[in-house]
Amino acid sequence: MSESPEHVPSLDRRSLLGRAAAAGLLAVPAAGLLSACLGSGEDDKPDQATGEKSATNPLGVKEDAPLEVVIFNGGLGTKYATDVHIPSYKKLFPKAEVKYSQTEEISTVLQPRFTSNNPPDMVNNSGSKLMDMGALVQAGQAADLTDLFDAPSLDISGQKVKDTLLPGTIEQGSYDGKPYALNYAYTVFGMWYDSAAFQKNGWTVPKTWAEFTALADKLKAAGITPYAYAGANAAYYQYLVILTSAAKIGGADILKNIDNLEDGAWKNDAVKKAATAWAEIGAKYMNKAHLGQKHTEVQLQHNQGKIAFYPSGSWLENEQAKDTPPTFKYAVAPIPSVTTSDKVPVTGIYAAAGEMYFAASKGKNPQGGKEYLRHMLSKEGAKGFTQLTKVMTVVKGAADGLEISPGFASGNDLAKAAGSDAFSYRWPDWYKKMDDECRSATNELMFQGGTADKFCDRMQKVADDVKKDSSIQKFKR
Amino acid sequence: MRRGKYPFVIGFLIAPVTLYVVFVIYPYIQTFYLATRNWRGVSAQSTPAGMDNFVRLFHDEVFWKAVKHHGILLLVMPLVTIVIALFFAFLLNVGGGTRGGELRGIWGSKVYRVVFFFPQILAVVIIGVIFGRVFSPDDSGLLNGVLGAVGVGPVLFLADPNLALYSIIGVLVWQAVGFYVVLFSAGMASIPKDIYEAALLDGASATSMFFKVTLPLLWDTVQVAWVYLGIAAFDAFAIVQVMSVDQGGPDKATTVLGLEIYRNAITYSQFGYASAMGVALFFLTITFAALTLRVTRRETIEL
Repeated sequence: MSESPEHVPSLDRRSLLGRAAAAGLLAVPAAGLLSACLGSGEDDKPDQATGEKSATNPLGVKEDAPLEVVIFNGGLGTKYATDVHIPSYKKLFPKAEVKYSQTEEISTVLQPRFTSNNPPDMVNNSGSKLMDMGALVQAGQAADLTDLFDAPSLDISGQKVKDTLLPGTIEQGSYDGKPYALNYAYTVFGMWYDSAAFQKNGWTVPKTWAEFTALADKLKAAGITPYAYAGANAAYYQYLVILTSAAKIGGADILKNIDNLEDGAWKNDAVKKAATAWAEIGAKYMNKAHLGQKHTEVQLQHNQGKIAFYPSGSWLENEQAKDTPPTFKYAVAPIPSVTTSDKVPVTGIYAAAGEMYFAASKGKNPQGGKEYLRHMLSKEGAKGFTQLTKVMTVVKGAADGLEISPGFASGNDLAKAAGSDAFSYRWPDWYKKMDDECRSATNELMFQGGTADKFCDRMQKVADDVKKDSSIQKFKR
Repeated sequence: MRRGKYPFVIGFLIAPVTLYVVFVIYPYIQTFYLATRNWRGVSAQSTPAGMDNFVRLFHDEVFWKAVKHHGILLLVMPLVTIVIALFFAFLLNVGGGTRGGELRGIWGSKVYRVVFFFPQILAVVIIGVIFGRVFSPDDSGLLNGVLGAVGVGPVLFLADPNLALYSIIGVLVWQAVGFYVVLFSAGMASIPKDIYEAALLDGASATSMFFKVTLPLLWDTVQVAWVYLGIAAFDAFAIVQVMSVDQGGPDKATTVLGLEIYRNAITYSQFGYASAMGVALFFLTITFAALTLRVTRRETIEL
């Protein structure tokens, strides 16, 4: 090839350079293209369908108004929507046409529809390409769900929707005190291990820090990495653990102060103590190579018995289903107590409602969107969801009596043992910038010889920066 | 005849010009406009921000880190790529000495020429994934497997902040070299053989032939290569996005402007600020292109 390209030297060099420069410039206006719909945006709502309110129709849905729902197609699949929730809605409103679609990239598909005032009625805002919920609320795109939570439950007689939910659910989807999003899946976090291997080797799950390090020494001697997380893309599993320890040491208000960007919230003694304790685990009991690996790689090594404890949420068992050998039995333990004077008992856990669903306020049928959520929150709807996805919902007791898997049962036990000692935070969703910084700071702390002081300083600085930044909307809880 | 000329030309131009205006010029104008607004990207409303986005940009450490990385890329990547490509091209074309009075490349040069081009036809993402495995921090990685066998490491190629950017530059160089070997080979093929023969008769060594004959006569092509690679150095988005730890990490040690624009627009929903970065990148690229055009405006050797 290219044996006799006489034309190359004769090509006009300056015009070639000019063209090359122009080609480079093409790369720039990416953000501009995305914004192509921006411009003469008049804030006019389309005609919205409403109907008569009644006992069976407390939200006043127009019975023949079409409803459009968009479901994120990820780890949970979409069967729960097509097989459980949509049939439930259609049963009550047979005349309504339910238009269903699914996507793996919510923001790619829906952001243009929101900017051009043509949103679907109900959106499952989830996945790695979810839309910024805070931005949606700020722009008035999400419907206020107060009337939904005050409405009677679909199939739990005598109770309002809000009475059927696990504590913290409504707050989790509230922005400045008003509910805009329903977080439907209930996830508990802890340290996952192989109960079969633990039983076989006579290892017991640690409750105190001394037990934890003693067991870690034993595991290390046996050639097993005692503790691991994936630094390359899942550092947030670990900062969740550090903050869980902080909340156990100093009480759940520590997390509330962090969420509310209180001055010095990250420099609190409890955060420092937790970071110190975990930095020691990082220095002594972890494998430095995990800093460069992704969660899939580390979870696989966990399944292969090379790692003892792995911090994650209750989706883990389902996520690893096809890589888990039959001898491997997933179980979950709460984070051990760091001090003997911890304010929260060892059974305390981080638990959160996740997997966002919201009704679009500027859609054609916002009441229908909320009604759809009411069907999701019915006992039957929640049970069907759990059966198909192996994930608990925020509906109290909906999973009782379901035999699903050892990991699911263990997660359920963990949640029951915790009782009211379940806490969570919101700041990574509210302020993505802090999330990014905390991932870096956590990796530094756990893998690169960082100190608790440095960790707290870094996080306090980014929190202060966010607080000062007028272009970022602030939230309180 | 003349009267029909303009409609004829316009008829040809209308489609490309329309496409160019709609998909290039108009987004540019919008980017400049958006850079002066605060826009979250989920409704049609935006609020004016004046020059705030640019003031923030000026104080943004991450932005300057990204600019610094472009500076490193701009210095290292073209230099290394061009040196390696020149060396290979020289070997492939004249490195084999003479046989029967004719200059030729080293043995098997025709095969090498094709093999060198392979990386160029692979998609960037595939290369990123492949090299992710090569650089893997445990024994399963190609490099660490070898290093482990001789008792070194593991070296955290992508997770060590001092190494990560250079590991990624290494991949970019690996991919680019093949194309420039072909480009330079083409340039060398057009150098008249009698100049080499004259040099050989005068007893020039391979080294002095390269520096005294090949390089000066190839200078034009080298400059073109420099500009291409320079513009590529302002991009590097895809490879960083695919390969780096924690998207541009560890600790933003490998981030580039393209990635920060993406992060601010898509992840943080701050389209105004991302547009301000886009505007900054626009001016950086334009400055680079203008500078290069000026600096390289010297007379070339006429053959």
